[in-house]
Amino acid sequence: MHATGTTGVVMAPSVFEGTASTVAMIVLLLEFLMLRSALLRAQIRLYAAQSAVVSILAAVIAHGRSLPELYVLAVLSFALKAVLVPWVISRMMRDSATEIAGSGALGVASEVIVSIGVATFGFFAVGALHIHSTVLPSAALSLAVAVVLVSFVLMIVRRDVISQSIGFFSLENGVSLASLVVAAGMPLILEVAFLFDLLVAVVVFGILMRTHHRHVSSLSTADLTSLRG
Amino acid sequence: MTGCLIALLLIPLVAGGVAATVRGWAGHAATIAAGLACLGLVAAMWTSVGRGTIAVGFLRVDAVSMVFLLGTSFLYAVVAVYTAGYLRAELARRSSRAGTRYQRRFLLGINLFVWAMLFAPSVNGLALVWVGVEITTIVSAVLVAIDDTEAAAEAAWKYVLIASCGLGIALLATIFMYYAGAQVLGQSYDLSFPQLLAHAGQLPATPVRLAFVLAVIGFGTKVGLFPVHTWLPDAHAEAPTPLSALLSGSLLAVSFYAILRFYQVTAATVGAGFAGGVLLVFGVLTLLLAALYLLDQRNLKRFLAYSSVEHMGILAIGVSFGNPIALFGVMLHVLVHAAGKGGAFLSAGAIVQGFRTKQLAHIHGAFDRMPWTASTFVIAIFALCAMPPFGIFRSEFLVIQGGFSAHHTASAAVLVLLVTVAFVGLAATTTRSIAAGPVEGDPGPRQEANAWMVVPVLACVLVLLLLGLWLPGPMGEVLHNAAFELSVGGGHGPG
Repeated sequence: MHATGTTGVVMAPSVFEGTASTVAMIVLLLEFLMLRSALLRAQIRLYAAQSAVVSILAAVIAHGRSLPELYVLAVLSFALKAVLVPWVISRMMRDSATEIAGSGALGVASEVIVSIGVATFGFFAVGALHIHSTVLPSAALSLAVAVVLVSFVLMIVRRDVISQSIGFFSLENGVSLASLVVAAGMPLILEVAFLFDLLVAVVVFGILMRTHHRHVSSLSTADLTSLRG
Repeated sequence: MTGCLIALLLIPLVAGGVAATVRGWAGHAATIAAGLACLGLVAAMWTSVGRGTIAVGFLRVDAVSMVFLLGTSFLYAVVAVYTAGYLRAELARRSSRAGTRYQRRFLLGINLFVWAMLFAPSVNGLALVWVGVEITTIVSAVLVAIDDTEAAAEAAWKYVLIASCGLGIALLATIFMYYAGAQVLGQSYDLSFPQLLAHAGQLPATPVRLAFVLAVIGFGTKVGLFPVHTWLPDAHAEAPTPLSALLSGSLLAVSFYAILRFYQVTAATVGAGFAGGVLLVFGVLTLLLAALYLLDQRNLKRFLAYSSVEHMGILAIGVSFGNPIALFGVMLHVLVHAAGKGGAFLSAGAIVQGFRTKQLAHIHGAFDRMPWTASTFVIAIFALCAMPPFGIFRSEFLVIQGGFSAHHTASAAVLVLLVTVAFVGLAATTTRSIAAGPVEGDPGPRQEANAWMVVPVLACVLVLLLLGLWLPGPMGEVLHNAAFELSVGGGHGPG
């Protein structure tokens, strides 16, 4: 992973850039692990790990760019995304006693292959846009877009509410990653507002579990078909 | 005038707080008073915005914002009155304790929701607009689920998941726009409109293009543009009726406002051709889908929801024409659609309560059972079909005229064609069920909705009629300024 300077000569990456790119890579790998894990509990753990990694990146950037307000974001996002949300979801899941993710629309192997294709597309498409600047680790941006695209695959091919919510939550991680590497100086309130969206998704998720579970004891979205046309 | 603006953003919060603590009529009284006060404040700000902007702190209101504020505050007042009657019928089915709790939550939610929709057009900067639209999602998703039925939970789940993903994409759009701006303005700026528009010419083109496409897809999710509209009919149909009216008349428009702000910057950076082209593609596909779905709908509220999708398609196409006449039509369309869809949804809600079904096949003889409600519903549908003498006829006529005079002849012709298909769907479905006579000559007991539910609909119909026959001078001035602000970035003159 090399950064290209303005002159086009390949240079060794700075510590900051190296960290950002490494973290982005780890986030993408965790996304793939979520895609292949069959146990819902494992998916939730992977999501918690991914959130923790993104929170650490926020702290690193807060230090590297001397933006103290990002420490707030780091702490908040760790508390919410790595601790609270996974805990609430696994509690709700314990009540419903479902353990295995519903079978997806595709087999796991095909899912992974589709995702590799999609992630590669995202990676190179963003790379081809030549969005460069001296302070921007552009590999991290491409990786963040790849994370977002793979999370869409996760939401589309899986047919249970837990996988879909985890897909959305990890989409949020991908967007956070992009905002941290591209626009660290961007107003903090955006990130915080998006964290609230997660909480509301959890609340609606809870209502859905309650009303839906009363009638059919499954978490499969294949039953959510009464509204159409 | 800055005082008016601050008061406008405080009143719904206060009303929400009051309604969440008191019981009985006091909650409704607070909400109605807040609705009327907000409408009055917007009217007071109206003329002064005709000549410039109102700015204080992070708030900034110009002519474009004003149009959306008027639409929302009008619906706020109308829906507040309607809710008083609507909840009376709903609460009759619950115990008094559960009823009080339901009413408190409901009114708190409605007030907060309106607050968020007044906040989004009043703030200065793309980042804050995104935050405003985000808050509207948070509040309205919980409100959609408030009835606690299985269908409501399913609709709320689809809504929160799809809209949140859309907002994630819209946040990416904001990030790219921030990146583009940071190349010229440095790392510490806050995406405020005057700054961005003043330097729009120097922004790097590629990130701005990318940001615009992402914004159209992301915010388009909340507008209901094809192919990311799928949550919309579910949420509109399953939400309580006062909320359906606000979602359709106001929320979709406010989300469209966010796209308009991106449009302004993009048109100033890379020209209106690119931005217009993107909107044209999405607009035509949206309109096509909605027109086809309108032809065969069996559920009354889904039917109106697809009509909203249709009108959002018209807005997108109107902006893509990019000349001042079409943009004037678009701005007027935002207002008349709020009145038309408000009237249609509110009277449909009364019909649904009266007949206890949303299925059009079971709604017959409405004119005999609920003469006032059925008449206002049919008038509102005529207005939504863009029949003269109602306001939507005027706005759609202007959009099409703008399209032809900007030499977008083919697109304007497609627009006329698709609007006609939608007209057939709207008219045929209405005459088949609502306007049809009673089955086997038995009209059933006559049970008109209470006055709280009839008067607000009459207000909507009167506004539609008024704006169709006569455009008051100050209103024309602000609409003209809004159209000018939107077209100036694209290099068009004021016309």
